[in-house]
Amino acid sequence: MITRRDFFKKTAMGIAGAAIPLAALEIVDPKKLFAEIAAETTSVRWAFLVDTYKCVGCGLCVKACKLENEVPYDANVSRTWVERYVLTKKGKLYADSPKATRDGFTDAKIDQGADGLKDISSEGIEKAYFVPKLCNQCENPPCVQVCPVGATYQAPDGVVMVDRTWCIGCGYCIMGCPYGVRFFHPVYHTAEKCNFCYHRITKGLKTACVQACPFGARQIGNIKDPNDPVTQTIRTQRVAVLKSEYGTKPQVYYIGLDEEVR
Amino acid sequence: MVHGELWTVKELFTLPNEYIYWSIQIVMYPFMTGLVAGAFVLSSLYHVFGVQKLKEMARFALVFSFALLFAAPMPIVLHLQFPFRGIEIFMTPHFTSAIAAFGIVFFTYGAIVASELWFLYRAHFVAVSLKLREKQDKTIVEWVRYLIFCSLTLGVYDVSEEALHRDEKAIKFLASLGIPVACFLHGYAGFIFGSVKANALWMTPLMPVIFIMSAIVSGIALCMLTYIVTMEIRKFFAKRKKAAYAGYQSKEQLQSAEISVIQMTAKYLLTFLVAAISLEILDLIFRGYTALKSWDVLRSVIYERDFKAIFIMQYGIGNLVPLILFLLPGLTIRRAVLGVTLVLFGVFMMRWNVVIGGQAFSLTFAGFMHYHMPIVPHDWETFKEGLAGALSIFVMPFGLFYVISQIFPVFDYKEAH
Repeated sequence: MITRRDFFKKTAMGIAGAAIPLAALEIVDPKKLFAEIAAETTSVRWAFLVDTYKCVGCGLCVKACKLENEVPYDANVSRTWVERYVLTKKGKLYADSPKATRDGFTDAKIDQGADGLKDISSEGIEKAYFVPKLCNQCENPPCVQVCPVGATYQAPDGVVMVDRTWCIGCGYCIMGCPYGVRFFHPVYHTAEKCNFCYHRITKGLKTACVQACPFGARQIGNIKDPNDPVTQTIRTQRVAVLKSEYGTKPQVYYIGLDEEVR
Repeated sequence: MVHGELWTVKELFTLPNEYIYWSIQIVMYPFMTGLVAGAFVLSSLYHVFGVQKLKEMARFALVFSFALLFAAPMPIVLHLQFPFRGIEIFMTPHFTSAIAAFGIVFFTYGAIVASELWFLYRAHFVAVSLKLREKQDKTIVEWVRYLIFCSLTLGVYDVSEEALHRDEKAIKFLASLGIPVACFLHGYAGFIFGSVKANALWMTPLMPVIFIMSAIVSGIALCMLTYIVTMEIRKFFAKRKKAAYAGYQSKEQLQSAEISVIQMTAKYLLTFLVAAISLEILDLIFRGYTALKSWDVLRSVIYERDFKAIFIMQYGIGNLVPLILFLLPGLTIRRAVLGVTLVLFGVFMMRWNVVIGGQAFSLTFAGFMHYHMPIVPHDWETFKEGLAGALSIFVMPFGLFYVISQIFPVFDYKEAH
């Protein structure tokens, strides 16, 4: 006859015994192990360099990106875009990015959305410049942190990607990104973002936007490789990143970044 | 068309991908969970702190909280681009995300409410099933009822004095356990917003606390409103069937019970309302005083663009007017109805001003976005993320309450006031 005390003792032992092999299986999960090794031994960390002095706002990068990554051409969203900043002599700032600059800046008037087009006389302009934008592939990405199902993740080489088969479409990552690079894909309806043309860079190619830029304003490189020209520029020149106050550690570096750039 | 483009109007310098992505359903989500948490806290005031006058309201609030609980996740489901993948939140939660905690918190809370209800209604289940068991020649409806109530007893038919006393102890324990869990359920809804560092309006550690306070306010208000409505219906029937059903209380009895319950509950409503307003004003003052980089754009949203929604509709009509209504001596049922309706409106506007107001300005701090809620639906998206979808969500708990109250009767005729 088993006593109550013995019964509890044996049950506890049984559960503990059953739990051990399960725990052991967890430790040697090959996928996890592989990922951990890859993260430690990888010698690649993708970084981007934008030279704002070289950008003329032609929008060829945006066009190339849309075509390469199958973001519907006429949809008012884009993985990358170019912003135009115009500071007047009176100290007012105007900025725009019409149609995400898909067709380049073909009009001198500034697109003010519902407020229409703003005409600024060229004599009144103190300074003006273009700033290309794309995903910063942050070292500490807030979009990955907030995804409730783990559908967006960071590869060991730093690129943040979205699993279209797993994204539930809650939009939390879109809200969490301080740079506004995310949106819902008009066709797939999942979260969408720039992934540095991961399908290209992992095969030794340049990203579509880098390839399309006729002025060399955009460059991509491996920041872990000291001989990479991009790494050398970042190390030796005066470069800046966007919105560093958010603690996201962005990996898109800018030459000639003005204080007014948002 | 891109999701969000339909109802967003952009002004000045906004980024190409910026739209109002979180629309009316995300306003409804904290509003509904707030009602759940608030209703539960109200019921616990009696069970834990022994506020005797709230006895009838406590039972009512608990059942209503249970009905609301089923409606609370519905706004999220309607909002998701892939509603059927929503289950992934429970299956593969990614715990660095605030939303991932939803499954755990929601089911823990649901289990607590369900167990508390079971202990509260156990004697009733036993009574009904024993009565039906003895009855000969049961009709089909009675058979179904018998099976339901039999299963609900979980095989426990012990209704001795001692057992009932143990039930009460369990209820007290569950109610006190439920208070922090209910607060957590809603506090974490506040955390979802408060932790978004990219959003200048949302990011404040006060957000969860503000959400909890306004949740309790709205929960109490909705319980009071529904209580009054059901009491009015009962009064109507009492008047008509006075002679036929001796078991019913008279109209006068019901009236005195109603007003004393309402006056008592109103006091608690006032306390939490004052706490909620104080916290919100504190947040506003702090933002203005510290005047960080984002303050310029926030100021123009708060004091100019959304002035009507924030200061007139939320603080004025939704907070100040009901505050005066409840503070005036000699509270009547009519005044209470007006007061709680305005309070509910005020809390809804608070959710609106947080969710929509938080997306009213661009990440550039140099542009604005206006939300135009779809009123007349012309496709599935404009239905679910428009007025029609929001109203369906709001009506849902009342229908559920009716169904659930068939099993958990809210009013016990024998226990007269």
